[in-house]
Amino acid sequence: MTETALAPPETGAWETVIGLEVHAELQTATKLFCSCRNAFGDEPNTNVCPVCLGLPGSLPVLNREAVTFAMRIGTALHCEIRPSIFHRKNYFYPDMPKDYQISQYDEPINVGGWLELPDGERVGIVRAHLEEDTGKTSHLGEGGRIHAADESLVDYNRAGVPLVEIVSEPDLRSAAAARAYVTELRGLLIATGVSDGRMEEGSLRVDANVSVRPVGSSAFGTRCEVKNLNSLRSLGRAVEHEAARQVALLEAGGAVTQETRHWDEEAGRTVPLRSKEEAFDYRYFPEPDLVLLEPDEAWQREVAASIGPLPAARRARLAELLGGEATESQLEQIRSVVEQGLDHFVTEASPPAPAALALARAGNELAAEPEAATSLDPAAFAGLVALEAGGELSATQSKKVLARLLADGGGDPLAVAAELGFEALGDDALAAAVAEVVVANPDEWAEYCSGDEKLQKQKGGWLAGQVMRATKGQADGKAVDEELRRLRAAQG
Amino acid sequence: MSPTPGPAGATAEAVRTGGRSARSVVEEALAAIAAADGPLHAFLDVHADAAAADAAAVDAAVEQGRDPGPLAGVPVALKDNLCTRGRPTTCSSRILEGWRPPYDATVVTRLREAGAVVVGKTNMDEFAMGSSTENSSTGPTRNPRDPSRVPGGSSGGSAAAVAAGVVPLALGSDTGGSIRQPAAFCGVVGMKPTYGVVSRYGLVAFASSLDQIGPFATTVGDAALLLEVIAGHDPCDSTSLDRPAPDVTAALDDGVEGLRVGLCQELLDEGDAEVVGRVRAAAEALAGAGAKVDEVSLPELRLGLPAYYLLAPAEASSNLARYDGVRYGLRVDAPDAEAMNTATRTAGFGAEVKRRIMLGTYALSAGYYDAYYGKAQRVRTLVIEAFGRAYESFDVLLGATTPSTAFPIGAKVDDPWSMYLSDLFTVPSNLSGHPAMNVPFGADGEGLPIGVQLLAPALGERVLFAAASALESLAPAPGGAS
Repeated sequence: MTETALAPPETGAWETVIGLEVHAELQTATKLFCSCRNAFGDEPNTNVCPVCLGLPGSLPVLNREAVTFAMRIGTALHCEIRPSIFHRKNYFYPDMPKDYQISQYDEPINVGGWLELPDGERVGIVRAHLEEDTGKTSHLGEGGRIHAADESLVDYNRAGVPLVEIVSEPDLRSAAAARAYVTELRGLLIATGVSDGRMEEGSLRVDANVSVRPVGSSAFGTRCEVKNLNSLRSLGRAVEHEAARQVALLEAGGAVTQETRHWDEEAGRTVPLRSKEEAFDYRYFPEPDLVLLEPDEAWQREVAASIGPLPAARRARLAELLGGEATESQLEQIRSVVEQGLDHFVTEASPPAPAALALARAGNELAAEPEAATSLDPAAFAGLVALEAGGELSATQSKKVLARLLADGGGDPLAVAAELGFEALGDDALAAAVAEVVVANPDEWAEYCSGDEKLQKQKGGWLAGQVMRATKGQADGKAVDEELRRLRAAQG
Repeated sequence: MSPTPGPAGATAEAVRTGGRSARSVVEEALAAIAAADGPLHAFLDVHADAAAADAAAVDAAVEQGRDPGPLAGVPVALKDNLCTRGRPTTCSSRILEGWRPPYDATVVTRLREAGAVVVGKTNMDEFAMGSSTENSSTGPTRNPRDPSRVPGGSSGGSAAAVAAGVVPLALGSDTGGSIRQPAAFCGVVGMKPTYGVVSRYGLVAFASSLDQIGPFATTVGDAALLLEVIAGHDPCDSTSLDRPAPDVTAALDDGVEGLRVGLCQELLDEGDAEVVGRVRAAAEALAGAGAKVDEVSLPELRLGLPAYYLLAPAEASSNLARYDGVRYGLRVDAPDAEAMNTATRTAGFGAEVKRRIMLGTYALSAGYYDAYYGKAQRVRTLVIEAFGRAYESFDVLLGATTPSTAFPIGAKVDDPWSMYLSDLFTVPSNLSGHPAMNVPFGADGEGLPIGVQLLAPALGERVLFAAASALESLAPAPGGAS
């Protein structure tokens, strides 16, 4: 499916307006304000100390690496990096050790900016600020809800893990656009090395502000904030459902109430969490335990220099390698290859091999096994693609060799091919195999030669299949096709 | 020529040179505590065994020819808001009952490294909120000079322990005068350093932007010795200044010849006649010793108290949120988390703490923030600017530490505003972050100590100690007539 930033409203005469708040956990070695390990999945309450447990007397000390990561995000999003301060956001919750969260408020580190989506649309970025994560509560008994739980357990390993909250302008107009934005942002976070982007582990969390308005209106409708969007699929479904709910309300003569809503994945709907009146008064005030954060120019330059090409530029590079107009499926391959950070395989293999071939192998075979692909030697991949491009391996053979290379993490493609018995079929042997199939299938051959284009295509494919079967896949598909044509031409 | 060493300095010297064992020093202190503390109630917890062991380690170092440090064998008492590893640290609050910190405050680590021996933790107003040490979950400390009176607060236990002579040194914390005011009431030296000179790591926070740890001693020289040990950069406190400890002992005999002293109107105006009289006497004494004394008026300082009573509670309301029964200290069980939080905090906090949490929560609330917290911050800037103007013409400022001498126990417990007025002369230095010190300078007609306050610009510790040392040498003999 093609995703565009400004799709026509899916709700008829209504236009959906979406702004997203994306929380990204930074993959720093240590937490935001202490030297505890920042790791997912460890034994509960093992990565804790007086600071991240908020013990009396403890004080936060800002992690330089987290600031560097935040600046990478800001730089990649074309934000202005400003002197900033931290605030305390006060509210009681058992998984928050200090009962306040240290967060940036009205003087954040990154201000203004934009993210360009694959279709060229730019989504405005309001801010991207630093804050600390909370711990994680598990409620035992009564369906895991806090109010009826028999017992609640808190794991503070996550408490104090650095987060950057990226707030977009309300520039998105459809569920598809929202998904495209998060996909692109995720790619950027991975490309800049600041986050693993794993939504299922909670490294990337999305809240959506959704409102609707009549098409053509420039005023915004009343918005609702939808929480608990744990996947791209949830995001898309929740936005669609919430927009439809609001439209139904308005069309029935009602009004949308500003509130926070919870996405119920199983029920496929949003449910009210708290109204504007019930919203917490966070009593923000400047965090007195921290000082002004003012990265000097040298630090900013260092950060800017450390950022490699971003996904948009990397996609453009692959498209350029393809030359000419890329097909829809090639665009999809480019997106997938860049998103998974596999584009260097393509650039290393091509030239000399045709970019389309390298892209196909990377976008299909490598992308299917991203874990194995990350440890594959790009030179081995380049060698394989060259063999296939030169006709020394058929597509089928090439894929089999690639599978072995992936399993082994590299190797000599030629040696692997030999080991698998994929000696390239010589021209004579190929011609003989084709001739044998033609002789054995006179009816199909006649139809192939009939002049009916549709029939020709159909029967040509069938005949080539017979040759492949006879040669146990050793024949190169293209060469078989050429030989069939040559025979037909010779006959005619 | 250096002034005569105070008792702490003399003890350390004797221990370092092998003239006296740390064991005997500490045993004597523990015996003095045991004898005096029943009626006094300066201590909440005495670390008898650990102190004896630490003293033995100091003696072993001396025997092996290693330098045990500048405070070798000197007994020190700690206000109970300073974290001590494995030992109760309650801030005189029920809510921290049973909690034992897994770590030492930075100042405690530095004391141990300097050879000092921690003998126990002292009583205080709950979470340092108070001016009399009556807001303690374990009852008040009495003033050693007159047991019917308060020792001041909130570091009343530390002030009383030093005044009673059971320890030569103690640490307190000063958020709005909590070192200087009890020092004045008890007749000892008490000093608040420049904000950021002493690490706050391990000091249980009351109002983070105002809190500062400082020394109590019987002499200015001993206070200097203690300050040098605890001061200096600490990477664990982001507000700690990146500079070495001020070299204050070397400044003690600098004298006051030519020193420009500003006698500050606003630090006298509300004072009792006898207090004002002693401050004027101090000014004259300094002038007699060669200082150039002039009067100065800084009207903005009058705004300090109301600003302080918005800013400090605002920060406190946030700092004290963590006492929710979830992780440590008191927990009063209830059906759900929110009810448990409420029940725990209702049972765990005393009246004054609750009053300030409510005040601070209100001051930070949406719609009130600018009118209260915002405005108080602007007043804070005005106070800083006023001091800045004064220090263009003066090296130090002089005034009273407190408007009155120690008041009777119970006299002000039901009148918070009158209690808050005890901090009138001390809060401006906390708002500005500047150093200030109480130096005993005689007594009133009833023999109650009167202290004068010296103030200096940011990082003016050296000139502050120089002036204080000179003033100390000019003070009437303790117990003498004013």
